[in-house]
Amino acid sequence: MERVAIVGASMTRFGQRDAWVRELLAEAGAAALDDAGVDGDDLDHLYVSNMASGEFEGQTGVPNALAHDLAAQPAYTARIDQTSSSGGAGVYAAWQSVASGASDLTMLVGGEKMTHRTTAEATDVIASLTHPVEYKQGVTLPSFAGLTARLYLDTYDAPRESLGKVAVKNHKNGVDNPHAQFQKEVDLDTVLDSPIVADPLRLYDFCPITDGSAALVFCPESVAEEYAPDGNYAVISGIGGATDTHVVHERADPTTMGGVVDSSDIAYEMAGIGPDDVDVAELHDMFTILEFLQSEDLGFFEKGKGWKAVEEGVTDRDGDLPINTSGGLKSKGHPLGASGVAQVYEIVQQVTGDAGPRQVEADTGLACNVGGFGNCVTTTILEGSQ
Amino acid sequence: MSDHETTDDAAGSDGRGSDEPVNGDEPAFEAAEYADGTVTYPPHTVGPNGAERVGTVDLREYAGRVVTWTTSTATPPGVREPNTLAIVEFEMDDGYDGPPVRALGQIAERGDGSGETFDVDIGDRVEPVYADELREPGAGIREPESQEWDGFRFRPVEE
Repeated sequence: MERVAIVGASMTRFGQRDAWVRELLAEAGAAALDDAGVDGDDLDHLYVSNMASGEFEGQTGVPNALAHDLAAQPAYTARIDQTSSSGGAGVYAAWQSVASGASDLTMLVGGEKMTHRTTAEATDVIASLTHPVEYKQGVTLPSFAGLTARLYLDTYDAPRESLGKVAVKNHKNGVDNPHAQFQKEVDLDTVLDSPIVADPLRLYDFCPITDGSAALVFCPESVAEEYAPDGNYAVISGIGGATDTHVVHERADPTTMGGVVDSSDIAYEMAGIGPDDVDVAELHDMFTILEFLQSEDLGFFEKGKGWKAVEEGVTDRDGDLPINTSGGLKSKGHPLGASGVAQVYEIVQQVTGDAGPRQVEADTGLACNVGGFGNCVTTTILEGSQ
Repeated sequence: MSDHETTDDAAGSDGRGSDEPVNGDEPAFEAAEYADGTVTYPPHTVGPNGAERVGTVDLREYAGRVVTWTTSTATPPGVREPNTLAIVEFEMDDGYDGPPVRALGQIAERGDGSGETFDVDIGDRVEPVYADELREPGAGIREPESQEWDGFRFRPVEE
């Protein structure tokens, strides 16, 4: 199977934007084409990761719209919807298109426009992924986080403050990310004194509602230097996708995300490495508790010990395993379909040495993109070419 | 089968069909039983191990324990605010050795006119109580006709 390189990458500023989804996608897509030094009509395949443009703004058919805006016809196009993990699923689809030989040049653009909706409306659009027996009880993704956080703190005797330290760390990292929605530090007292959203979690335990887009260009590694003449590019060395139960309460252990375990097992095996070989990671911290769960289910830390790693600074930017150097979803923002693409964008920057003030020492990086409350997961492992 | 179980196609051991109420006019709290003996709520086309569905179990007949709970203060359209929710694990019959049978449900209001819900904590024993409307149909994004809106909340068991 052909190894797949990433030779172009871009992302828009995340936050409250005037642009609508078509414009956001085109902004990131044009920038990624420029980064790869190609035109739209060079693309064989063009994928768009997007959860709900129809529900949010009444715009469907976004892949075709983007192909026209970028003059990418007659490229094959498809929309990839896997809720919050649409971006990761898009990376998987793009990787598959090149690895299989179906495409010699693929672009993936992820994007979402959300901030024109009220928090209640946006929350309801996202909660519409739940089973009818969950939806009628008024469950939201934040309330799943509150349920799980309480059980985690109780089961593993973890202090409430440890969750707050995830928010503090990721906001600190976001200060150095010019694309982040919040380039602002917060202190622990601010996190712990913020309004309760889903007890025991408070406002600063949650990511914001965000507009934004990110894009990546993929080709066979064998021709990567045609697009990256300096020989500096990223390679997907491992990728895995998996699902867990649709109904969250049916999981054997509500503090374990089976999709994270299964998808990372596949990715590690493909890459021929283990969790100890990962130098930097972008995890799906839509809620602070998710950083604990994923860091454990990816095998970075023992079950129930992820909170201690945060307390001890292991996951700080200057720690042994930096997590969410971009600021994570928590600080950078979470435009649903874009987030998984933006996670890989950050790892590409890290393994190619282009992360600027956020740069850490990294040959190998991992991105874990989660949809629903762990319902669907894609784990991607990247290596630098140099 | 236990005394709490009925079948999909015929009257159960207690002589009532699965759609026929046990307590007054309220519908059953219907879980599915599969050929390998496992039970799930909600019912699925096949069981977690792929076994075919062979009957139903009425969870109204079981108490359960709170696995975890939260109070959500930012609720979507048509949902009470605040909304206290719990994951409850049912205490199944002694012979049951399948995966845990759980449900997510709202915590019931006290009924003393205060409008407040019962206090619960992890490990508390609770029982289902029927509500004819858990959330206002049509207020949120989901098509009102696509699903049912009644169901079960939980309240502490008086012991």
